[in-house]
Amino acid sequence: MKTFVRKQVFAVASALTLGAVLVAAKVPSAKAPSFSMSAENRLWNGQPTLNQSAVAQSSASATAMKVFRWGGDAEGGAPFVEADAKDPSKVRGFDVEISELIARGLGREPKFIQVAWASIEQSVERNDFEIGMSGVEDRDELRAKHSVTLPYYEFYEVLAVRVADSAKYRTLDALAKHKVATLGGTTAYDILLAAQKRIGIVPISYDDDVHPYSDLVAGRVDAVLLDHVIAERSLKRLGKFVIQPQAVDTGHYVGVMALANAALRDSVNTVLLARMADGSLEKIFRSWNVWDERQAQFQKRLQAELTKPRQILVDTVAAPDANSKSVMTYLPSLLRAAGITLILSFLAMTLAVSFGILIAAGRVYGPSPVKLLLLAYVEVVRGTPVLLQLFVLYYGLSDVVRLPAFVAAVVGLGLNYAAYESEIYRAALENISRTQLEAARTLGLSELQILRLVRGPQALRLALAPMTNDFVSLLKDSSLVSVITVVELTKQTAIYATNVGSWVVPGILCAVVYLAMSLPLSQLARNLERKWSKA
Amino acid sequence: MSTPNATQGATVSSTATLSVQDLHVQHGNTHILRGVTFSANVGEVCAVMGVSGAGKTTVLRSIAALQPFNSGSITIDGVSRQSGPVPPESQLCELRRRVGVVFQSNALFEHLSVLDNVTLAPIHALGWSPSKATDRANALLASLGVLERAHALPRALSGGEAQRVAIARALAPDPLLLLMDEPTSALDPARRGALGELLRALAAQQRGLIIVTHDVDFARAWTDRIVVLSQGAVVEEGPSRAVLENPMHSATRALLSQDG
Repeated sequence: MKTFVRKQVFAVASALTLGAVLVAAKVPSAKAPSFSMSAENRLWNGQPTLNQSAVAQSSASATAMKVFRWGGDAEGGAPFVEADAKDPSKVRGFDVEISELIARGLGREPKFIQVAWASIEQSVERNDFEIGMSGVEDRDELRAKHSVTLPYYEFYEVLAVRVADSAKYRTLDALAKHKVATLGGTTAYDILLAAQKRIGIVPISYDDDVHPYSDLVAGRVDAVLLDHVIAERSLKRLGKFVIQPQAVDTGHYVGVMALANAALRDSVNTVLLARMADGSLEKIFRSWNVWDERQAQFQKRLQAELTKPRQILVDTVAAPDANSKSVMTYLPSLLRAAGITLILSFLAMTLAVSFGILIAAGRVYGPSPVKLLLLAYVEVVRGTPVLLQLFVLYYGLSDVVRLPAFVAAVVGLGLNYAAYESEIYRAALENISRTQLEAARTLGLSELQILRLVRGPQALRLALAPMTNDFVSLLKDSSLVSVITVVELTKQTAIYATNVGSWVVPGILCAVVYLAMSLPLSQLARNLERKWSKA
Repeated sequence: MSTPNATQGATVSSTATLSVQDLHVQHGNTHILRGVTFSANVGEVCAVMGVSGAGKTTVLRSIAALQPFNSGSITIDGVSRQSGPVPPESQLCELRRRVGVVFQSNALFEHLSVLDNVTLAPIHALGWSPSKATDRANALLASLGVLERAHALPRALSGGEAQRVAIARALAPDPLLLLMDEPTSALDPARRGALGELLRALAAQQRGLIIVTHDVDFARAWTDRIVVLSQGAVVEEGPSRAVLENPMHSATRALLSQDG
């Protein structure tokens, strides 16, 4: 359903990496990526050359608004958008400068709006800003749901491998059965998912574009697939790896605007074309060291395409997949992710309960130094964010112990929850009346027997309901482990939502799956409470 | 203050049944017991009486090795305990086998059935086989009239039933001495009579029974001897009827007037 008229221009092959920029989730696509441009977006449909009157017109209408709000994610960093080291209230980067060019071309003042990368599409439709520009990858789903500018930069999906592996892993196919990292939810991720089915590559999804490379250097993964801009930036920062010269795929950065904003998008395109023609864009890219001969070729191809006679295309925008279709497409992966969430939660809870019991026993029965030590553990763990603990465990300690992501997730969540569980057990143990313990003593039971036969079982009854509630919390907190590359239910939902450009259906589906897991547990907690309270 | 073979734990000596010698208990500057001395023999029911705060429960807890005492000694069937902190349970096995305790609240283990409450000590403390412990428990429960409740949980029992189960549990290891704290406090008059008969029957089985109570009528009707405590000291001691019908000490008279 898509038109492929510009296949040569956007020759492409695949992927979207969205940008390096983003630290937060990137955009996934449900299908194998295709890089054609739909007719709807061909701003050049009509007035391929700069039309002064159009600019003037748009400038006139824009005067009333004056400010041109553009959204980006400064967490993505240079060369896209980053906070200015000299004045962190300002941002810098090629996307910053291009948005300024556009604003000026429209006769307006640019105003930066910070937005999480994964939320750019939703925010632009909410009119939080007029255009989102933060290494946004061009893809069919984006064009189906929003007004998209013409591409202003061509990037390449490139493989990064350790120096020692440079001869061994030249292509993606050479990495069969090996771990390849990328940003979650990007076209690069989709390429890896496709490769997983095809040759058994193991895709590892990250929430940022820094740790894939540090984990590559550390040996946790065997390759990274991302935009060449990001790869080169990381190479400068880290060294110790090489970028394979053969691109796996090609993609384009675009600006994304609200679907209803097609008119403004056309004006933006006009400005972009003009700045491309007068060399302003090249100047910007050169100043950020991301200009090369391939960009020059790309701009030439683009401009040549745009000056061809207009080609009327009837079949324009590919209609977005109906939600029902996307539900069926994503449901299996959501259910798989729910399975990971469940297994992860069960294992973490088992660890939490075991350690919690030991900590509680130590705090009730242990000598003073042990009690103090355990109290310190409980307070430190409860007083610091679990997210921080996961980072420290997975990345901070990687020089000492290199845990696999899933193990780190289980251990991180388990040890965190052990602190909370231990408080429940300690309170429950201390809640058993002195008379019960004395009665057990007068029967000649040893302290250990008293704990095992009398105190422990009664405390367990007191602890069971709050424990069950904690398990429900753990089920939900398990979503945090996506920061260390484990794709569980929430992460999978975010990928899904980014792909379809909406949180409505994915959000509802995700909520339903969580509820299906947590409601029975909540009911169990209530039943237990009712049962024991009858005593 | 101590016998030649006395230790911090319990040691075996030649003294018979229960002998409490010059027992002192002090909490900070407060003297709870000031030299309590009395004895009890098998086959008799001995009441330790006194108004609230007289030190009755402290005496009971000291005998049961649930609290330390500052000086004096307690000897039960030849097993002595000297002053000092309560020794670890591993050093109290001999004493525990000789003394059973029924708490005022009964203190049944709520998570265990009646039968499991009674077999717990024989199986785990004495190492009996479950079948032997069960036979013993069933016999005890039958003799106490609660066999039909063997599989009930404690929360399903009436006050009287719970007390009899608690007695059965205390008797399971076959102790020579049975201590009971305020056994009549939760019983109606009819059940008090039944309890009294039970205590007499237990005493007839060659056990010594020490009951802490301020129930004068019960003591008069069912006990052999009374030890009256006042301000941490024994002020009067003798056969129950004699003590209660002809009180010599003001504390005993106060007890009688309180009861009347």
